[in-house]
Amino acid sequence: MRAGGASSLESALLDLRGIETLAQQETPVHRRDPRAKVVTALAFIAVVISFGKYDVSALLPLLAYPVALIVAGNLPARFVLGKLLLALPFALVIGMFNPLLDRTALVQLGDLRVSGGWVSFASIMLRFGLTVSAAVILIATTGFGPVCLALNRLKAPRVFTTQLMLLYRYLFVLTEEAGRMMRAWSLRAVSERRISIRVFGSLAGQLLLRALDRAQRLHAAMLCRGFDGTIRPMRRLKFTAADLGFVAGWCAFFMIARIYHLPHLLGQGMMRMLP
Amino acid sequence: MSHHLVEVKDLKHTYPGGTEALRGVSFRITHGEAVGIVGANGAGKSTLLLHLNGCLAPAGGSVRIGDYPLTKETLAGVRRTVGMVFQDPDDQLFMPTVYEDVAFGPLNLGLPPGEIEARVMRALETVGAAHLRDRPPYRLSGGEKRAVAIAAVLAMLPDILVLDEPSSNLDLKSRRQLIGLLKGFKHTRIIATHDLDMILDVCERTIVLHEGRVAADGPTTEIFNDEELLRRSHLEKPLRMQACPVCGK
Repeated sequence: MRAGGASSLESALLDLRGIETLAQQETPVHRRDPRAKVVTALAFIAVVISFGKYDVSALLPLLAYPVALIVAGNLPARFVLGKLLLALPFALVIGMFNPLLDRTALVQLGDLRVSGGWVSFASIMLRFGLTVSAAVILIATTGFGPVCLALNRLKAPRVFTTQLMLLYRYLFVLTEEAGRMMRAWSLRAVSERRISIRVFGSLAGQLLLRALDRAQRLHAAMLCRGFDGTIRPMRRLKFTAADLGFVAGWCAFFMIARIYHLPHLLGQGMMRMLP
Repeated sequence: MSHHLVEVKDLKHTYPGGTEALRGVSFRITHGEAVGIVGANGAGKSTLLLHLNGCLAPAGGSVRIGDYPLTKETLAGVRRTVGMVFQDPDDQLFMPTVYEDVAFGPLNLGLPPGEIEARVMRALETVGAAHLRDRPPYRLSGGEKRAVAIAAVLAMLPDILVLDEPSSNLDLKSRRQLIGLLKGFKHTRIIATHDLDMILDVCERTIVLHEGRVAADGPTTEIFNDEELLRRSHLEKPLRMQACPVCGK
């Protein structure tokens, strides 16, 4: 870990708060029932990953979904792109060997031969971009709490949703605590640029012990207020006709994009219109 | 009403590892009293408080809240009667928004939605935090967090309020507001703190703990004038009762 760990932790925290601010806007997308948005996002992700290994152009029409939500949800495109960059290394690692391993020519563009490896690499990157942006957009237009609530109402296991909610709440507390420990370390290790494994072990261990202590106090506080194992959500959700339209409309579009090769059809139509 | 009564008899507690935190503490607090619990670090204040609503089980002696001895069977009722405000508000505010957090207790009591709304808003208004209702807890200042933590407990309509270091980490104005709030309550109040000046403002009675035992129990002004007792218990006269450092009077 770098010596600037404390400040980078804090900036990550600010970023999380930024996403909550975005989620508090009032737009047609924000007004949709969280369940509608969760279901649509899940359907979108399922459709995107169901495409074949070498599909690239067929995926392109699905870009309409994130683009439409970014525009209608008044989200800064740079914010979503920034989040994509953050997750990019993972997708790169998954896809980077394809061009090396799969060298059979698949596409011939004039003199340029594109190997199957490169095509599947492009497909992976495109699918990565679509799925991650769908998840980021879901949180940025809904907020984390309502997403948990929606999952709860959609009959996701309660243990899972409760854990998710508490995890998110205490992420802030834990990051602040880790930030304080890092600062204390860096103030007394002026000349060192990296934390040695030994020191890192003891810092991480202490953080774990503190977290366990806090968990115990937290549980006591919950018991004091009558906690019996289930968190009862407060907010009433209302699933309106507009929500139904949102889900049905998008899902219909996803299905059409999955079954028909839209760019291909469009190309054929254009060809026919030519004299 | 008799269920505002708190009676502790010969309470003993030993932590795993052998630290004797309480070595026989006894007192009786009656309806509407405000009692300060003071003592050095490690004197047993927090341990004592955790016994009052069954967060810890005694190794010896008994706790009686109102008409009920504290046992496994009466635990739920006792927890409804005794509202506990923890030292670190972050331990207490765990829901995504202030409103949901204050509603957590009433929801567990199974109240109808209208009643919950009314209780939550009444509690938030009492502590002057109604405008914070939709904020996430991590976006509150220290004073706001404390106020909301108190509201979360008030929404359970407890008869007895137990507060652990309520004025710690507060700026002076927030502290003053808290003192006004605590003075205004009609509940039986038990406040553990190092802030003796606050005790002077809020509590007519003070219990001094020293090494797990009650070193003194009596009217606050009497106890704070006993310099020998305070010195023995690692305490100091409240600043307001000390001579002026400039003029010496």
